[in-house]
Amino acid sequence: MQLDVLTLLNAERAARRAAILVTDLDGGAQRVVREAEIPADPLAALLAKRLASGKGGLVEVEGREVFLTVQAPPVRLVIIGAVHISQALYPMAMALDLAVAVIDPRTAFATPERFPGIELVTLWPDEALGGAVPALDRYCAVAALTHDPKIDDPALMAALRAECFYVGALGSRKTHAARVGRLERAGFPPDAIARIAAPIGLDIGAVSPAEIAVSILAQVVAAQRTPRAGARA
Amino acid sequence: MLSTENDILSAAEAWCRAGRGVALATVIETWGSAPRPVGSHLVVDSEGNFLGSVSGGCVEGAVITEGMDAIADGRPRVVAFGVADETAWRVGLSCGGRIRVYVEPVA
Repeated sequence: MQLDVLTLLNAERAARRAAILVTDLDGGAQRVVREAEIPADPLAALLAKRLASGKGGLVEVEGREVFLTVQAPPVRLVIIGAVHISQALYPMAMALDLAVAVIDPRTAFATPERFPGIELVTLWPDEALGGAVPALDRYCAVAALTHDPKIDDPALMAALRAECFYVGALGSRKTHAARVGRLERAGFPPDAIARIAAPIGLDIGAVSPAEIAVSILAQVVAAQRTPRAGARA
Repeated sequence: MLSTENDILSAAEAWCRAGRGVALATVIETWGSAPRPVGSHLVVDSEGNFLGSVSGGCVEGAVITEGMDAIADGRPRVVAFGVADETAWRVGLSCGGRIRVYVEPVA
């Protein structure tokens, strides 16, 4: 691998853009196809399919063995609310190799003592996203956990607009019905609103904050790894 | 600390820029029970320092040796490991799986 190929791959990853490395195993010729370049590539259909699945692998191209390395941006989890569940959620998410940020403007909740070793942002979501926390994108999961529409709603709206692969919101079905009404009045179409996982988390009968955190993370992994969820990372 | 695939490619670039001989190993094919998925990386330098993994530890030693050879001769290679291989008793995968690994110098 030439150093400039490796440098380009690392730069694309740092910029949170997908890229595919195409390696001809007979002879070792390599090239990087950036996401934006896929439609014009001779292997366009094949590369697009691989990018959608997020899986690399061996393919045969004109009788030659070619290996595709799919490099999708690292997944980020943005947690809205420095609440009890979040205290259990963020170390588990970090163990899953997710880049985690916690946003909560309420400084009584968002304290370094409660959230050691984590990027803790004591701003409103609107102020934080695109500033102290990088803007949301398709490779982000958002979990809104404050129970407070003033804090959760702006984050959920930003997550839907950015087409985050996972959007979840804490709250009972009744709370969610009220939320759906607010999002409809804000102009979000039903299919966008339907992408919100609510009540948040897989239904595993979770009771404790840590169990709820497990149910949320399981749902995030499912959204990331199973294309049928309608979104991917 | 557990290294991620990201750390590994970043390390490969940093090591290379620091003037170290570097090779990158990538799992390109697996059959049966293989512990590391296709696309997993291991980076190794000419001293045998390495980061990442291509198996559960079963064949790392052999892959590191191949990497050092690739750094020395400048040529990429494909190496296969598995129970069907004649090296099974030395560096076979005890899990019963088989893997193929692409090992290439970075320069």
